[in-house]
Amino acid sequence: MTDLTSVATPAGATATRSKIRVRNLNFFYHDFHALKGIDMDIPEKRVTAIIGPSGCGKSTLLRVFNRIYAMYPKLRAEGSVELDGENVLDPGYAMNRLRIKVGMVFQKPVPFPMTIYENVAYGIRHHQKLGRKKLDERVEEALRSAAIWGEVKDKLRHSALGLSGGQQQRLCIARCIALQPDVLLLDEPTSALDPIATSRIEQLIEELKRTYTIVIVTHNMQQAARVSDYTAFMYLGEMIEFGDTEMIFTKPEKKQTEDYITGRFG
Amino acid sequence: MHAARTETPARDFETRARTDARHDRIFHGALKSCALLVLAALLGAALSMLWGGREVLFQHGFHFLTSSSWNPVTDDYGALAPVFGTLVTSLIALVLAVPLSFGIALFLTEIAPVWMRGPVGTAIELLAGIPSIIYGMWGLFIFVPFMARIEPALSSTLGQIPLIGKLFEGPPLGLGILTAGIVLAVMILPFISSVMREVFQTVPKRLKESAYALGSTTREVVWDIVLPYTRSAVIGGIFLGLGRALGETMAVTFVLGNSDNITSSLLMPGTSISSSIANEFNEAVGTHRSALIALGFLLFVVTFIVLLIARLMLRQLARREGN
Amino acid sequence: MSSAIYTRRRITNAVAMVLSSIATVIGLVFLAWILWVTVSNGISALNLKLFTRITAYGADGGLSNAIVGSLGMDLLALLICAPIGVLAGTYLAEYAATSRLGATIRFLNDILLSAPSIVLGLFVYVIVVVPMSNVTHGAVSFSGVAGAIALALIGLPVIVRTTDEMLQLVPGSLREAALSLGIPQWKLTVQVLMRAATSGILTGVLLALARLAGETAPLLFTAFGNNFMTYSPLSKTASVPVAIYQYTNDPNPALHAIAWAGALLITLFVLALSLLTRLFFSRKKVSHD
Repeated sequence: MTDLTSVATPAGATATRSKIRVRNLNFFYHDFHALKGIDMDIPEKRVTAIIGPSGCGKSTLLRVFNRIYAMYPKLRAEGSVELDGENVLDPGYAMNRLRIKVGMVFQKPVPFPMTIYENVAYGIRHHQKLGRKKLDERVEEALRSAAIWGEVKDKLRHSALGLSGGQQQRLCIARCIALQPDVLLLDEPTSALDPIATSRIEQLIEELKRTYTIVIVTHNMQQAARVSDYTAFMYLGEMIEFGDTEMIFTKPEKKQTEDYITGRFG
Repeated sequence: MHAARTETPARDFETRARTDARHDRIFHGALKSCALLVLAALLGAALSMLWGGREVLFQHGFHFLTSSSWNPVTDDYGALAPVFGTLVTSLIALVLAVPLSFGIALFLTEIAPVWMRGPVGTAIELLAGIPSIIYGMWGLFIFVPFMARIEPALSSTLGQIPLIGKLFEGPPLGLGILTAGIVLAVMILPFISSVMREVFQTVPKRLKESAYALGSTTREVVWDIVLPYTRSAVIGGIFLGLGRALGETMAVTFVLGNSDNITSSLLMPGTSISSSIANEFNEAVGTHRSALIALGFLLFVVTFIVLLIARLMLRQLARREGN
Repeated sequence: MSSAIYTRRRITNAVAMVLSSIATVIGLVFLAWILWVTVSNGISALNLKLFTRITAYGADGGLSNAIVGSLGMDLLALLICAPIGVLAGTYLAEYAATSRLGATIRFLNDILLSAPSIVLGLFVYVIVVVPMSNVTHGAVSFSGVAGAIALALIGLPVIVRTTDEMLQLVPGSLREAALSLGIPQWKLTVQVLMRAATSGILTGVLLALARLAGETAPLLFTAFGNNFMTYSPLSKTASVPVAIYQYTNDPNPALHAIAWAGALLITLFVLALSLLTRLFFSRKKVSHD
């Protein structure tokens, strides 16, 4: 086993199992060293927030977890990211398997140009052959879990582009959930939304963590404090501090964390 | 909630991933071959005309380029007259269309009230949408008689000036090089002005505003800021128009007068590469046909070079815009 | 002293403004002149015979065979160039956005866009008409298919370019979202991106139609012409532009009238198409902002 003392494991996380283990992760954009030797253990069925000033690598880290960065040329990751003990960076780890297990929600809501129903059913259909009734059930279940069923159940055949921004974002969450993932990656999911829509998403995160391991990147420190159990602070591609959210926001160990939390930079 | 969920074995995913990857490769290949067809079309056009015109191009060789005789009876072919006609009509078109296009682009970007820009701009662009055969008909039935009426005036005024007077001698036929040049000018006007208009709009507002703030007039802003900033793209637009003018067939075929003579007067009939091809191709056989295809090859090479320059010039601006 | 300079600058400016306005007026005058001549001559020659009788009747005939031939060849040309153009444009946008091959193809496509149409006609003559004639011992030479291929070459670069541009406008986040669901590239491209860009791609197809429908030169040595009605794509085929060309070359004024009527039809068709496309597209742009 890896020497646990050298690994950023949040204090008090011992009660729960680590879902994702990141070991000595380095990431390069062409020549630029964007992530420097990241080690971290992300606990199962908890919300882990990653904060830090823009350009610190927090989104990059998130994008390594489901290897979405691979769609762009000249990007490469070294080290290991173990999901349930298997390294997802290993080329042998089937991409479709990873993408089902790890869902991702983006900064701006991106509904597909299809009906609301199709948006949710689209991913399921690609991965599984389900009967009509079974599929309907899966779509409804996903929409319910994303707390949007009540608003859309009468207009499932309408275009998803007609929904409000907040509804679209919950639809995108439903679209991920529909594949029954283990992990949900949220990349600044509320930065394009108004305060009311934001608070609905935050409530939703609270409910979703009972089923899913959630990693959220946010530039909004209050949001990290509100929704997360653990918080990681990153700066210039390095993991500065990772711990219990309450600890990070009240008694940070590192000077840089304190400066950032108190708004002295960033 | 996930009670019914069953774990799919990793091997199933790998099989599926391989299938997806294979489909992706097939799709990629299909798209790529379609894109390569575009390359093939252009390359094929050049090669096929070289092949079709091989008889004349290789037998007559250099003679084909330098001789001005065009005689199907003796099978003696020289491209000089049509090449001359093509170049001169296109040159006239440029001389007329460039200042007009510049004026229009200036009007639409700097002078006209904003509500007017859209409709007037669309109207000018409609000129580009009118099929060239319509220009030809209008040219032959309306514009040629019109020119026949004003040509005497041209001869008696411009024709009297020493040196350039020679350009305006001859009977007022209405048909001829000058008329064809004017019709071409109207045709390429929308192309040049729309490029100019587009590139003028790329000039950063702050540049223009700071010049206006210094008390510059509109003319000074355009002359000192807009034109230097957009120079290469403006030249690109002009070459684009030239490319159009060189290759245009239907608009000039009726009004050129179809004569294989090279004359110094612009009022005399002439011919051009494209109108020679259009007029003679279907009656031509054997070497004559080969000579016409060889002409087509020549036209292709010339327009290709002109358009190449145009695109390279235009690309410079696009690149700067990207930065 | 300084006021003299100021006055001179103001006068120069005023002259430049006036000249520029005059240039615009000249452009508009030519547009109005050409349209007016086409409409007035065309309308007075419009009658039912135009649509019911074939060109074989000459001055007493119409353009029915040319209209049918044009519609058929235009449609066939679209059927050829739309799929190829859309796929090629998709390749440029999705697989070759930054590659050297992509840049080369994009560049040459732009050149094809403004290549002389008569040259494309000759090209198709050499690669389609002559070989067909050789293979069939002269039974098939000029044909509607050859005409349609020549027209397709006119429309192809328009569709390639619009598809490329429209797909590049589709936000990258849509690609990421689909890939993050484990959707493979081809499915994502066909079912998500192309669907998102449908109206833009359609615009390109309509623009291509407007462009190729008015072409004459590429048809002269490919479809040739025919005084009779034909529905066979392998026979010589009449078209409205070529009929106009032949009638304009004829000394008989009665044929000129028919040519004007044809000119009106084709101008209305082409301009209506490009205006509608423009409206359609500008509305789309607004709704996207």
